[in-house]
Amino acid sequence: MPKPFYKKLFEKIIEGILALSGSITSLAVLLIVIFLFKEGLGLFNRSPISEGYVLAVNKSNPISKIDANLVKQIFDQEITNWEKVGGKKDSIILFHLDDINSIYTEAQIGENLENLPTCISNVVDSIGGIVAFVPKSYIKSDFKGKVIEPVNITPKEFLLGKEWYPTAEPSAQMGILPILLGTLWVSLGAILLSLPLGLAVAIYMAEIANARVRNIFKPIIELLAGIPSVIYGFFGLVVIVPLIQTVFNLPVGETALAGSIILAIMALPTIITIAEDSLRTTPRSMKEASLALGASRWQTIYRIVIPYSISGITAAAILGIGRAIGETMAVLMVTGNAAVMPHSFLEPVRTIPATIAAELGESPKDGLHYQALFILGSILFIMTLIINLTVEYISSRNKLGKR
Amino acid sequence: MAKIETLDANLFYGDFHALKNISMQMEENTVTALIGPSGCGKSTYLRLFNRMNDLIDSTRITGQILVDGEDIYRKNINVDELRIKVGMVFQKPNPFPKSIFENVAYGLRVNGEKNKSYIEDKVVQSLKQSALWNEVSDKLTKSAFELSGGQQQRLCIARALAISPSVILMDEPASALDPLSTAKIEELIHELKKEYTIVIVTHNMQQASRVSDYTAFFYLGELVEYGQTVEIFTKPKLKHTENYITGRFG
Ligand SMILES: Nc1ncnc2c1ncn2[C@@H]1O[C@H](COP(=O)(O)OP(=O)(O)O)[C@@H](O)[C@H]1O
Ligand SMILES: [Mg+2]
Repeated sequence: MPKPFYKKLFEKIIEGILALSGSITSLAVLLIVIFLFKEGLGLFNRSPISEGYVLAVNKSNPISKIDANLVKQIFDQEITNWEKVGGKKDSIILFHLDDINSIYTEAQIGENLENLPTCISNVVDSIGGIVAFVPKSYIKSDFKGKVIEPVNITPKEFLLGKEWYPTAEPSAQMGILPILLGTLWVSLGAILLSLPLGLAVAIYMAEIANARVRNIFKPIIELLAGIPSVIYGFFGLVVIVPLIQTVFNLPVGETALAGSIILAIMALPTIITIAEDSLRTTPRSMKEASLALGASRWQTIYRIVIPYSISGITAAAILGIGRAIGETMAVLMVTGNAAVMPHSFLEPVRTIPATIAAELGESPKDGLHYQALFILGSILFIMTLIINLTVEYISSRNKLGKR
Repeated sequence: MAKIETLDANLFYGDFHALKNISMQMEENTVTALIGPSGCGKSTYLRLFNRMNDLIDSTRITGQILVDGEDIYRKNINVDELRIKVGMVFQKPNPFPKSIFENVAYGLRVNGEKNKSYIEDKVVQSLKQSALWNEVSDKLTKSAFELSGGQQQRLCIARALAISPSVILMDEPASALDPLSTAKIEELIHELKKEYTIVIVTHNMQQASRVSDYTAFFYLGELVEYGQTVEIFTKPKLKHTENYITGRFG
């Protein structure tokens, strides 16, 4: 009997709604990606010098372009001679706008600062080794010095730069390497801690525990997954951080290790659940065959069950890392957030999500800092994308292999 | 002394009484067929001999099972050693996802055999014994999954033989196979009888009569009739047995 027309129509409508939800979801993902990159990419077309300011030197100075990192070193007085940055042998004299008051009187500058541009121009003109960091608005057309162009931030400098001072003056330092490494260290530490433990629990739950024990454990593990991360952070701050501080006798307990421990606990439910599910896919007949050949339960577990479910275990580990890499709040609370190159697990570090969470609120929209944070977000997105694709690849290969 | 002796065995799955007061003896170098309708407890009984039922929670067993005169359910028995002595072939071929060679070598490896040449000899010998050698001698490193169902089952037999058991339990070993593969397995059972004591579950009456020396007919967890296969099939003592064998029920 053919279906009545309205039933067919109804099915078509449901189909349409489902397809629409699918496309809306994909569209949302796409929009987020476009948004992230659009907001961030402008960074590489901008000068790292603070907005509205310029660097000016004496006309006789051969330097015309200068790197952001050198600017910082010059103003930190780590570099004191032009020779070091490719100029003539002449010591560098720093000049900030405030310094004008020690050269000219208030009367000379004028009540409404009307003579300030001329004063600046004269100072720059009269001192050979000067570098002046002054507002752009005071550089008039009759300026007797030379404005030097800072080199734009390059992607390479951005990725490999070791200094993250996004609001430093006169030139922001946008090296994200310490943050990247901080993220990787904390995540790696977390996975090293949680994988063995999670795998052990998964094996116990899948192969050893009887139904009663499992019925107690399972809800506890699921509960662990449902605790808000700020609670984990709180726990870490109150329990783990002081513990690390005393055990290792450190000045501060907020370290990469603290972050790794908290993330390990947070990744456990993911790892346990996925690994257990995959261990359970080992056919009973396979285990029985092993036992019937005189293998012990442990031999059966590590020679048959684990190899059989290895791809699921790998997926569990990778998704655990994914959980760790993207986690923000708890890490922000316990890692100390120092954007310095990590040397050991007992030092403070800072991760990408923590950086974004802590700094985005204070960075003016469309500013240099703001854009840098968006690039960081894009990098985080790419990391998690790679993680998810890897899991996808592993599980699809798995399906083919076990037909 | 009988090779396997069952003394008043009972098995419960929770509250379910699956085997009821079974007593029987199986002689060395004989083939005993266990027959009976589906669900009557044949597999459950077979799995008593290598303590496979231990894996199931909530089973309770009473009575005694003696293998070579030893009570295999006594305290302190080494179950792994029992399972080396009493090998098993399952209903569906269940090779490991490993190479053909590693499948056969598995039992030796887990039981601590390290001598490479011994393992190699034993693998070859077992494959020859299970009449598979000619078909796989040139692809020992290939995955066991590349073999046909019948070949896989013979591989599972080779795997069981490699650790030199003296008893082989077979739970409907040919039920998943085509007639040609089935014939090969039956032929193999004839050969193996010379060296091993075989207990085979089958629901195929012709097969039972072809391969076995003794036949035990089970019904609803009880041993109804047990005797020489020729007698069971030609002049059964009980009407019930006759009805089952002639296909009037079951
Ligand atoms: N793990 C188990 N738990 C509970 N009951 C079982 C279990 N295994 C088998 N049984 C029951 O025990 C009876 C005998 O099963 P089985 O020995 O597999 O029968 P057969 O092999 O003769 O078909 C059946 O009624 C079956 O439902
Ligand atoms: Mg059965």
